[in-house]
Amino acid sequence: MASSSTPTATDPSGGPSRSVSRYLYRHPRVRLAGLLTAPLLWLVVLYLGSLAIMVVAAFWSTDSFTGQLIKEPTLDNFTTLFSNEVYRNVALRTLGIAVAVTVIDMVLAVPLAFMAAKVVRSRRVRYAIVIAVTMPLWAGYLVKGYAMQTMFINNGVIDWMLAPFGLKGPGLGLLATVLSLAYLWLPYMVLPVYAGLERLPDSLLEASADLGASAGQTFRGVILPLLVPSLVAGSIFTFALTLGDYIMVKIVGGTTQMWANIIYDNVGVANNLPLAAAAAIFPIVVIIGYLLAVRRTGALENL
Amino acid sequence: MTLSRRARWILGIVSAAVLAFIYVPLVVVVVNSFNSSKVFSWPPTSFTLEWWQKAATNEGVRSALVTSIKAATGATIIAILLGVMISFAVSRFRFFGRETISFVVILPIALPGIITGIALNSAFNTVLVPLGVSFGLFTVILGHATFCIVVVFNNVLARLRRTGSSLEEAAMDLGAGPFQTFRDVTFPSVRSALVAGALLAFALSFDEIVVTSFTAGPGIETLPQWIFNNLFRPNQGPIINAVAAALLVAFILPVYLAMRMSDGPGRVPQVPDRSGRT
Repeated sequence: MASSSTPTATDPSGGPSRSVSRYLYRHPRVRLAGLLTAPLLWLVVLYLGSLAIMVVAAFWSTDSFTGQLIKEPTLDNFTTLFSNEVYRNVALRTLGIAVAVTVIDMVLAVPLAFMAAKVVRSRRVRYAIVIAVTMPLWAGYLVKGYAMQTMFINNGVIDWMLAPFGLKGPGLGLLATVLSLAYLWLPYMVLPVYAGLERLPDSLLEASADLGASAGQTFRGVILPLLVPSLVAGSIFTFALTLGDYIMVKIVGGTTQMWANIIYDNVGVANNLPLAAAAAIFPIVVIIGYLLAVRRTGALENL
Repeated sequence: MTLSRRARWILGIVSAAVLAFIYVPLVVVVVNSFNSSKVFSWPPTSFTLEWWQKAATNEGVRSALVTSIKAATGATIIAILLGVMISFAVSRFRFFGRETISFVVILPIALPGIITGIALNSAFNTVLVPLGVSFGLFTVILGHATFCIVVVFNNVLARLRRTGSSLEEAAMDLGAGPFQTFRDVTFPSVRSALVAGALLAFALSFDEIVVTSFTAGPGIETLPQWIFNNLFRPNQGPIINAVAAALLVAFILPVYLAMRMSDGPGRVPQVPDRSGRT
């Protein structure tokens, strides 16, 4: 017994490391603490802590003369954001953009994902479509922003394509912003929809056809209802990402403003951190509310 | 599914149109980087390599590229360390709050970048600045690492769950200590998932602009920031275009490799979402 538990000079792995090993093996809590201490200090204390400070800061104010923080609780920031018509319009516009982007992405994603998951028989083509959709995710946000600018800019590619028909593109502005954001987030919609269609058994579609349903009826009555969780999962991305974006609208939006611009401008130019923090609560509340609302559909398991 | 010939055709055409919508703008950027015109114009009139050459020798582009690589390397290393630690803790131990940890790890990337940016900015101001660490490259690395942890965590966790711990137990039964077990058994089995997570973390950090702008000190300019700052300056169009085209080419290869190396659901390649989950 003694000889097996005490390391000897002939032990190839050496004395001290053996005893450390044994200590760790017998004390799983110590191992766990060793693994978790640093990451949790980082994520919980540093990150969550600073998020909490930001939420608290939303109830502070700044001295309009010196610009210094006044750390006394007040609802002034929220009153400003609710009562000012400019802010209200930007909030409604941003929500509208988020809805439009989501709908456009759904309309574009469903046929492509359906084609890849259910129509194409060759595995290689299916694989190629999924890769083709996934790759641009990593092509770089600004590269894609620049690409969209070259499309929409005056005398840009869209104007050139429409010229033979005697038409002119929309130029930079609200429509360009909606389409550019839809362009950016499209893969986030295609991928969950594709995964949802992959899981859908072919036998269901065959049964529907055997019972006399046309392709259109099968789509409306069988596929679409089963696809709702995937669509909702995709919409979480398109919605949340749109609410937090302020860069694309600067590149392709002309003078259009979105909600996150209000946050950004108040941190930077206006140096009014409390107002920015209060404004930041709007997307957080919308996103969390959205997540809670869709939890019932099972969409969160489809993320 | 059985579709009529006509429905097949329509679906095929719509799918091709959507793929064109995805790729035409990117192709335009690459093609236009060879356009000899000094201002933006389409279609291109004549071919030149001038802008690629100018972009390659541009001082601003070079220093921004170096900054971006430093930031992404630092952030990736930290993300690997922390991500691996958390994924081992979550997969190999039971403890109070285990389910919450995944949520906390995902939060920095699930919330809009501007919110993560502001939060980190105020955290650095309260924690680091009093310690004498001013805003600079280091704070950028810390900021990027915070949202990069999740891709390493998700990739390694998926692998650890799949492989289970029976091989490790076997190694220990045969007399290997925890360190030897990790070196000879555990690490080789997670290596490719780790590489995939690291590549995605690098790409994520390399592309980031919002969190960077809230965590960078004066004089620190990453490549995305260089592009953004120059978008609104006159006469920089062609160089930006060449940089964008180069980035497009440079991004495709590592991401393709990462997709091949991580755990795919068998038949289809892994399809990472924003947080790298499958």
